[in-house]
Amino acid sequence: MKTFNYTIKDELGIHARPAGLLAKAAKAYESEITITKGEKTVGCTKLMALMGLGVKCGDTVTVNISGSDEEVAKKGIKEFLEANL
Amino acid sequence: MTKYIGKGIYDAVALGKISLFKRKKVKIESVKVADKEAELNRFEKAKQSALAQLEEIYNKALEEAGEDNAQIFEIHMMMIEDEDYNDAITDMIGLQGFNAEYAVSSASDSFSEMFSSMDDDYMQARAADVRDISNRIISCLTDSKTEQLSTEDKLIICADDLAPSETVSLDKNKVLAFVTAYGSSNSHTAILARSMNIPAIIGVGKEFLDEISDGQLAVADGFSGELIIEPDSETVTLYEKKLKDENEKKVQLENLKGKENITLDGTRVDIFANIGSVKNVDEALENDAGGIGLFRSEFLYLESSDFPTEEEQFKAYKSVLEKMSGKKVIIRTMDIGADKQADYFNLDKEDNPALGLRAIRICLTRPEIFKTQLRALYRASIHGNLGIMFPMITSVSEIEEIKEICKQVKCELDEENIEYSEKVELGIMIETPAAAIISDRLAPQVDFFSVGTNDLIQYTLACDRQNSHVDRFCDTHHEAILRLIEISAENAHENGTWIGICGELAADTTLTERLLRMGIDELSVSPSFVLKVRDKVRQIDLES
Repeated sequence: MKTFNYTIKDELGIHARPAGLLAKAAKAYESEITITKGEKTVGCTKLMALMGLGVKCGDTVTVNISGSDEEVAKKGIKEFLEANL
Repeated sequence: MTKYIGKGIYDAVALGKISLFKRKKVKIESVKVADKEAELNRFEKAKQSALAQLEEIYNKALEEAGEDNAQIFEIHMMMIEDEDYNDAITDMIGLQGFNAEYAVSSASDSFSEMFSSMDDDYMQARAADVRDISNRIISCLTDSKTEQLSTEDKLIICADDLAPSETVSLDKNKVLAFVTAYGSSNSHTAILARSMNIPAIIGVGKEFLDEISDGQLAVADGFSGELIIEPDSETVTLYEKKLKDENEKKVQLENLKGKENITLDGTRVDIFANIGSVKNVDEALENDAGGIGLFRSEFLYLESSDFPTEEEQFKAYKSVLEKMSGKKVIIRTMDIGADKQADYFNLDKEDNPALGLRAIRICLTRPEIFKTQLRALYRASIHGNLGIMFPMITSVSEIEEIKEICKQVKCELDEENIEYSEKVELGIMIETPAAAIISDRLAPQVDFFSVGTNDLIQYTLACDRQNSHVDRFCDTHHEAILRLIEISAENAHENGTWIGICGELAADTTLTERLLRMGIDELSVSPSFVLKVRDKVRQIDLES
């Protein structure tokens, strides 16, 4: 299992559009990817759940990746977050 | 004549007949189906048609309202395909044997409930998106279509609320205005209305829908948020005149885009825009502002629950500089304190916050906060034409201290091999009487002055801006204010320093001539005032 933390820099937090793109990006991997804010953990491929986390600018989230392609997935998701959020 | 008050979200007026927006009410009953497999197929088919419709609406919105506004329909498509939403529906059909309509409507309720219970305006507004996509699937299931407007007249559309897709689907040529019982200024409908230039009033309250009827004459005033039903002839005449003036003015101002800010005698002045967030830059550009004369950096601090990081700030500043592509951008360092408070600063409660620890005083007391901002600013400086402005200055020693800190920041960047521009201009706000009076000593220290008239008025006239009881003692054109500006302008020019005005007086066109006579080099106003001030400047003759 791979884990990393990321602090959201986008002014609006994880709002609708990046959540949609993130869900799309996460679907490309075999691994199961989850995102945790505080007590709540949701699957990264789930758009509404992602929006429901209510992640705001400055919040730190934990991303967990486990599966056959976890190394590639970690790199990919990290790059996605840095570029979009 | 009956009046209703809501919130105007687009500054324009409309006079016309009312049309109540009707949706075909589909009554949804819960029925158990015998063939679950067939019902799942029905749902799948309806979902595909809904997606196809959205694709079409997306393209229409793209054409009419631009990519930013069309995005919502792309998100709707993603929402329809959301795993949890689909699981909720298919479970109800496949496991519990309910009909597809009921399954979709239940999923709609539970997901929109999730959004409306969030503590964030933006997310709350997403509940409407969930209902919108669900209704779309349901209408595909029942094969019912939303009613189209079929009339020759232009109408004022009144509804409880309009889903984003309903707003876009309306034929723009038939809509004069729309008025809704609910809605927030954060809703996509509000945003779309603004970008499509349709006057709109929201949040009028649900009673009005029961009391009005199709075909009644009404006035929708987007400035005041008033909806006037069956206006008397006097009101009609008043609004007819307003409409006429508005149209003439609009055409006239549109024609001023791309023109110079030059008086009849050939004196040029810069007209820049004041902005409060990165998003406002588009408005500034759209109104043809020559630069940004005041970018209030506070929003970075106020919208955050902790100190914004250097990276966050850098990103915001860089984006404004890039968007302005080489035009001047003056960013004011944070002006927290007084009426703008952020909890995490842990500032003591003060008896007199306007005279307390605010703005540059916080920066000089807690230089670590200041340095983070300056580092971000200098790093961003290579992406455009940056000026940094310091608020609440009262003495020369403060500027010396600030410059010393700037020097330290630049040294650190040098050591880390981080690039910054050598051409960053440093300036100060003239917003205390002290600064204006000693402007001869301050001017040699800086590249520019910018007069913050709001605070200058409050401090000079000893009138609290937020206290309506002293309104009549708070004469914004008071001779004392004008003299302080004049003194500052003279001292600035003697020292080769340029001077602008970024407070509300800059947009007061009754003063434009006087300010130009003082030699003011730049006026910075809200984006929507840029063309109005340009219009005024072009009518002034300083030689007459």
